[in-house]
Amino acid sequence: MAEAAAVVAESLAGYRARAARAVLEQVVLPGEELLLPEQEDGEGPGGAGERPLRLNAGARSRRRVVCGPGLRRCGDRLLVTKCGRLRHKEPGSGNDGGVYWVDSQQKRYVPVKGDHVIGIVTAKSGDIFKVDVGGSEPASLSYLAFEGATKRNRPNVQVGDLIYGQFVVANKDMEPEMVCIDSCGRANGMGVIGQDGLLFKVTLGLIRRLLASDCEILQEVGKLYPLEIVFGMNGRIWVKAKTIQQTLILANILEACEHMTADQRKQIFSRLAES
Amino acid sequence: MAAERKTKLSKNVLRMKFMQRGLDSETKKQLEEEEKKIISEEHWYLDLPELKEKESFIIEEQSFLLCEDLLYGRMSFRGFNPEVEKLMLQMNAKNKAEEVEEETVELDVSDEEMARRYETLVGTIGKKFAKKRDRANYEEDENGDLKPIKTKKMFLKPQD
Repeated sequence: MAEAAAVVAESLAGYRARAARAVLEQVVLPGEELLLPEQEDGEGPGGAGERPLRLNAGARSRRRVVCGPGLRRCGDRLLVTKCGRLRHKEPGSGNDGGVYWVDSQQKRYVPVKGDHVIGIVTAKSGDIFKVDVGGSEPASLSYLAFEGATKRNRPNVQVGDLIYGQFVVANKDMEPEMVCIDSCGRANGMGVIGQDGLLFKVTLGLIRRLLASDCEILQEVGKLYPLEIVFGMNGRIWVKAKTIQQTLILANILEACEHMTADQRKQIFSRLAES
Repeated sequence: MAAERKTKLSKNVLRMKFMQRGLDSETKKQLEEEEKKIISEEHWYLDLPELKEKESFIIEEQSFLLCEDLLYGRMSFRGFNPEVEKLMLQMNAKNKAEEVEEETVELDVSDEEMARRYETLVGTIGKKFAKKRDRANYEEDENGDLKPIKTKKMFLKPQD
């Protein structure tokens, strides 16, 4: 699989290797090869001619670059594995080349270590619960991975309960494993999500947009009704408001946010605020 | 017959520690070589060409957490669930505050206050390290402070 991808990439690379800096915020396609700023000088097609000669080109040390989701390292090369916009985060300090990733639009969730997700308990077997998280395989959740749980004091988790938890093991070769405590053993909001409420699914891109720290949608939603909301990185959202009607309205708004412009959204919010 | 048999002690016997004193240097070397051979044969390794992986400057990371500054996933608005609301403030403030806190390390107790506090503790701690016999000499005065009182022990003449 990896070899096949590499071969395809190689055939493409002949005429398609573009500098990562040149395609920032632009659409990239799977199989494309990107050149990091350090590699541009020598290998970039026609790069040397266009670029003014640098005096200290040799003295420059190579910086560590992180390639995020949608990108993959193949030896010394950087390959694209998802289609979407290429994004870049500026480095925080010295020997750090920043983070590159592809902002893609997808619905399929692949467990990633450290992600907070909403899962549904599907089975209880001895010491572990099986939790459906929307991935290719159900995740396992130990009964000891709850706050205050001991061998004698089991957590009260039933089949069908919603769990907000975090992945501690998630890779392509192993069964994903969840926990509902952090490294200090505290729940920090993780565990079984309360009764009632409504669970629905949106795209993974929308979840990230809603969770962005400068998200206007959430601020506006928060002004409407008293509500509680949980976002899972696996595309699941759980909402609960005082009445069923309000809960449904909120769910519909959040689902519709996917394809609404800011103006359309403001209209709807103002109409709701009046009623 | 007898002489022949004498020279043909088995190798295992010759390898024993008490047998090595009487051996000449040649047989000693031979034995050592054989022993080395055995060890190297037992030591197995993978018959692979040496991996020549250069240090990579690209790190793979499949999580969005590192890329985007995402908020904590549980939220509550307008007092629907006060517990979550408190938690939400705490979790979301953590990311921002971490950077700020590093710059201004505030002292909980100022140096002066600390000195004043320890001043009163001198007697108490002195008592702790004093021997049992001396402990009686520490007496509490009206302020509650402990002060060592020196009383010389001497023979008291009984009254008659």
